Amino acid sequence: MRNEMSLEFSSISENEAFARVTVGSFITQIDPTMDELTEIKTVVSEAVTNSIIHGYNNDPNQKIFISCTITEDGIELTIKDDGIGIGDVEEARQPLYTSKPDMERSGMGFTIIENFMDSVEVISLPDKGTTVHMTKQLAKTKSVCK
Amino acid sequence: MGLQANFAVKEEVLIVRLSGELDHHEAEGLRDQWKDTMYTNPVKHVILNLEDVSFMDSSGLGVVLGRYKEVLQLGGEMVVCSVSPPIKRLFEMSGLFKIVRLEENESFALMTLGVAS
Repeated sequence: MRNEMSLEFSSISENEAFARVTVGSFITQIDPTMDELTEIKTVVSEAVTNSIIHGYNNDPNQKIFISCTITEDGIELTIKDDGIGIGDVEEARQPLYTSKPDMERSGMGFTIIENFMDSVEVISLPDKGTTVHMTKQLAKTKSVCK
Repeated sequence: MGLQANFAVKEEVLIVRLSGELDHHEAEGLRDQWKDTMYTNPVKHVILNLEDVSFMDSSGLGVVLGRYKEVLQLGGEMVVCSVSPPIKRLFEMSGLFKIVRLEENESFALMTLGVAS
């Protein structure tokens, strides 16, 4: 059975915690392991932070969109903004790369996302926003459902 | 949830004890508090105790990296202790353990810096 939800919220940093807790809460119904739950919450936090800082340059009057689907074998997660987009996605995905070195960013956001998810697709063009589409297989769903 | 930071000075060591969630929203406030304490006390080394941190992401790594550079300028060392498995993975992933020493707990970390707890 497919089960989906979507969220739309303001691009303010207070909502980073809201977003990861909400997605975490949605997926608890398929009994993820503690590790899986932490990984997914971290990924949500990274992508939402990217949208706020980079996509919207800290403009609090924009919107971030999340949709999450529980599938047969795990989850699909999409995090999207209508911000400035990324000119060179390959470069942005490099470990330690940051476009804002003066802001004490570690440049590890995309690397963490790639490590914690099974597939990561970044769709972005300058001024056309950024969509990060991800999937993750969960241990529980690999076995037979109750 | 939020983040609480507690600072203590023992000889020339600044102990930073965090509890709660360290994300981008909390990072800036922590950075300011941490820098302030580091430069208003005669300290050289930093021990970062993450025992009660329930969540951390790359924004937290950024703050740690920033303070590491400052500790280096003071001629000191940064030691991290009481790290949970998920946070340990983040540190490993980013190569931070190559520059920041990991110790099991705070009193052991203090001992390695020559301070009796």
